[in-house]
Amino acid sequence: MKNPFETDERRAFRESVARFVARDIAPYADEWDEAGEVPWELHLKAGALGLFGFGIEEKWGGLGFDDCFMRAAASQELGGCGASGVFAALGARNISVGPIAALGSDEIRAAVLPEVLSGRESSALAVTEPSGGSDVANLRTRARRDGGDYVLDGEKTFITGGMKSRWFVVAARTGGPGLGGISLFLVEAGAPGFSRAAMTRKMGWWASDQATLRFEGVRVPARHMLGPQDRGFLAIMHNFNYERLNMVAACVGMARRCWRDALDWARQRSTFGKPLIERQVIRHKFAEMSARIDAVESYLHMICWQANEGAMPVPEVSKAKFLATKTLEFVASECMQAMGGAGYMRGNAVERTWREVKVMAIGGGSEEILRDLAARQMGL
Amino acid sequence: MKVLVPVKRVIDYNVKVRVKADGSGVDLANVKMSMNPFDEIAVEEAIRLKEKGVATEVVAVSIGVKQAQETLRTALAMGADRAILIEAAEDVTQDIEPLAVAKLLKAVVEEEQPGLVIAGKQAIDNDMNATGQMLAALLGWPQATFASELKIEGDHAVVTREVDGGLQTVKVKLPAIVTADLRLNEPRYASLPNIMKAKKKPLEVKTPADYGVDVSPRLTVVSTSEPPARKAGVKVADVAELVSKLKNEAGVL
Repeated sequence: MKNPFETDERRAFRESVARFVARDIAPYADEWDEAGEVPWELHLKAGALGLFGFGIEEKWGGLGFDDCFMRAAASQELGGCGASGVFAALGARNISVGPIAALGSDEIRAAVLPEVLSGRESSALAVTEPSGGSDVANLRTRARRDGGDYVLDGEKTFITGGMKSRWFVVAARTGGPGLGGISLFLVEAGAPGFSRAAMTRKMGWWASDQATLRFEGVRVPARHMLGPQDRGFLAIMHNFNYERLNMVAACVGMARRCWRDALDWARQRSTFGKPLIERQVIRHKFAEMSARIDAVESYLHMICWQANEGAMPVPEVSKAKFLATKTLEFVASECMQAMGGAGYMRGNAVERTWREVKVMAIGGGSEEILRDLAARQMGL
Repeated sequence: MKVLVPVKRVIDYNVKVRVKADGSGVDLANVKMSMNPFDEIAVEEAIRLKEKGVATEVVAVSIGVKQAQETLRTALAMGADRAILIEAAEDVTQDIEPLAVAKLLKAVVEEEQPGLVIAGKQAIDNDMNATGQMLAALLGWPQATFASELKIEGDHAVVTREVDGGLQTVKVKLPAIVTADLRLNEPRYASLPNIMKAKKKPLEVKTPADYGVDVSPRLTVVSTSEPPARKAGVKVADVAELVSKLKNEAGVL
């Protein structure tokens, strides 16, 4: 379907990312997922392609411009690589460089951004805690002022990029209870009192690294606080918008990939003397799936357009995310039904996507939280 | 040294080509188009020569429809310095034949005076494999086709060619025409910063009339048909039956 917002540059960029995915990722997706990591060289290639620097000035290694359509295109193409853990491994930095660029001092920007945006290093966002994920306002990690430093104590978990990142944007309580007492800090891995443990026994996203981080009296210079004290909550919420938008785009890419793979199968597979795709019960599945994917993609484009125009449409981003994950859940399930036993076997994108639906539906704002956020944002 | 790289806009190599019902050609409506893959290899080689300091400027030229501008922008985004589009066709169904393309390129070469022309060995749409050779003949320049390696040594190009049964190395005096084969290099992706920079690079639009070349077709397409469908094979019970079939039916033993 033609996209009314298409430009030559967007098309050219999407084609570049698609080729990068086809040549440098897709052939290895199974292997990397089983191995539990992607080679670091991939971060460098993605950095050179320009996947990481949206909305960040060129002097810090960014692109010097922003475009929501291009952000979405990159996530969509990566999502379609066959193992969305690769999207997670590369994208961990995308949800942490925003606060560093927006709130960090020039000293911090110069030290961190060029390294992270080029792919030489990675950064990660550390908000979720063992005591609660969705309930950001009640996080427990504490940062106590001590002379020129803050001293951090607490634990973070499910942190994507947690094992391989050098830099962490950590949310910690500096003030009283609730959302008005949270600040953001830049913490370097290896700081005394910082430790991390890999979370390896997980349902999906094997190609990426998730970690539990522990902060035991970690001293952070006060100048490494990102933004004003006690004002971190809003920055976290703001940052979620792009994370969610990228996840919507990734869901579209994942769903399209499943649909294509299952369709290839349905065309080749013959049952009772006819290709599977000629069976009404099967072809209607594909029509239904295609309609739902198109709808999410069209919604995504409208949101990208509005985000480019000015304010991020928060209720729509929230709604699009749960719509996208529900669509992906439906598509992954129906594709597997169409493929039958072949879809159930490990080493194909449909089986993997079916397992990865839940990380998309829970991470970056669960479906339940997002419905509630949308309802509140719409003033219901 | 200036390097000229002709690039053609063709059906994307991933597209499954369909023959039109009336057999007049292939269906090009709403089909994804891209730069001919061999031309992409040629662009990459030219850019590498520039990066090595051997070439000073890379000029991409395309002959075809208006939309070939997109193909030229791709070349610019990969690293070419400027581009020339010769708008020679009204719509995609009008194919400009190799001789007309070669004549136009000859005119461009005379104007631009490049020290080297690197072209794709052939376009994947019509597979003519003729333009580079015709251009060399029209210019009276040496040619080295099907290059899998290219080195510039002084005022010569040393080219390894992929020929039947092996590799042949030839040395040609510059200026020369080199045509790129598949294994010459692996073309880079256009990075986003370079895609944005390419917008600002010069792209000149010309017409065949500017060069006094007649592009009207000299060939007539008689018919176009799908390749014959592969027939189902047969299973043989044992080696003896296989040998018998090879001997008596296939006649290859």
